[in-house]
Amino acid sequence: MSTLAAESGNPLLPPLGEIIIGLIAFAVVMLVFFRFIAPRFEQVFRARREAIEGGIERAEAMQAEARAALEQYRAQLAEARTEAAQIRDQARAEGQQILAELRAQAQEESARIVARGEEQLAANRQSVVNELRGQIGALAVDLAGRVVGESLEDDARRRGTVDRFLDQLDGMAPGAPGDGRTGSTVFVPGGDR
Amino acid sequence: MTSSALALAGVLAAESGGDGFEAPSIAEFNPEPIAEFSLLGVDFAITRITLGLWFATLAMLVFMVMTVRRPQIVPGKLQFVGESGYSLVRDGIARDVVGPKGLPFAPFLASLFFFILANNFMAILPLAQISPMSKFAFPLVLAGICWLVYIYIGIREQGAGRYFKDILFLPGVPKPMYVLVTPIEILQNFVVRPFTLAVRLFANMFAGHMLLVVFSLGAVYLFSRDNFSFVFGPVSALMAIVMTFFELLVIFLQAYVFTVLMGTYLNGSIEAEH
Repeated sequence: MSTLAAESGNPLLPPLGEIIIGLIAFAVVMLVFFRFIAPRFEQVFRARREAIEGGIERAEAMQAEARAALEQYRAQLAEARTEAAQIRDQARAEGQQILAELRAQAQEESARIVARGEEQLAANRQSVVNELRGQIGALAVDLAGRVVGESLEDDARRRGTVDRFLDQLDGMAPGAPGDGRTGSTVFVPGGDR
Repeated sequence: MTSSALALAGVLAAESGGDGFEAPSIAEFNPEPIAEFSLLGVDFAITRITLGLWFATLAMLVFMVMTVRRPQIVPGKLQFVGESGYSLVRDGIARDVVGPKGLPFAPFLASLFFFILANNFMAILPLAQISPMSKFAFPLVLAGICWLVYIYIGIREQGAGRYFKDILFLPGVPKPMYVLVTPIEILQNFVVRPFTLAVRLFANMFAGHMLLVVFSLGAVYLFSRDNFSFVFGPVSALMAIVMTFFELLVIFLQAYVFTVLMGTYLNGSIEAEH
């Protein structure tokens, strides 16, 4: 065949054998490229792309996480601040309330103490007045009996009797000064009956 | 330049009588078979070129497999080389030229690119020094496969009716113009595309090889002459070296162009024409 081609001399008329050889050679090349070389290269390209994209994705995820954490901290901080302010306000309000309550209680107490003192004073006075009233009555009767029973001819006697009475009176009143006049003035309220 | 050309012509004229310079012919591309056999009525010949084809193909496959044998996220040197090459096709052509749906075609386009690149490289590999792609059979096979693939993808993506209707009656063209446009479009899509795809690659490698052979054999011939033609020997040898570097560019460029064009054809098949 090759001799035939050589004889024909036309390079554009190839022998069939060469065409078949060419087909086989190219088929082998295609087979290896499709079955082995191309898939391997694609695998490498994919792995590389994934490695790059994976790295970027990981970095982005970490950034997002950090941002979220920061946001959270900020929110928590703000929350804590408002809470502290609330607690402070509440404490202040409570303190004022407590103060007002205490003040009111103290006033009430003092008012009550004063009232009780006054009451007691009044009661004491009443009892003293009652006692005195009884004693004055008895004394008056006693004195009157003495006055009526004795002869009252001379002034000296009369004066002596009265003085004795007043002395008795003075001696009865504890802590009272020895002055007879002062003692007589004490009994002025007795004259209102 | 003219004087040297005249001198060269003089040398050649002087020697034309005897064992003159034998210019490389088309026989260059039909080397003596190492072995021949016939299978099912088809003759096969094992030649320098077919050996080169298998060597280039297997070496390329072994290299590519080695680069991805133990793939790492952070590539080593070897993996980086393989990955750069594969990414050039996958990202630069499958994704950017074919379009958003293009990634599934990356293995096919990479097969094309690396198969052509490796075989083209045989053009300047010492001892081989002829690309299998300068045999029309191999570019033809590739172009034929591409032709089937982009038509099949067009039918699969757009539906047979829609695909052929858009080719026969290009949308947005005034009706009377179809007389002109329809034959051109048919020719373009079903004949010219695969043919140019195959011929472009074949002709580049063919011409490149011819250039290298002419300059190399010329240098050898001029050095072997005993008159003053040895002065032009170094010029020819230098040209052979320069053309080898130029060939290196062509090797890469043609592999890339073939793949990019296939990418644009696939793009046309996937996306409805505007």
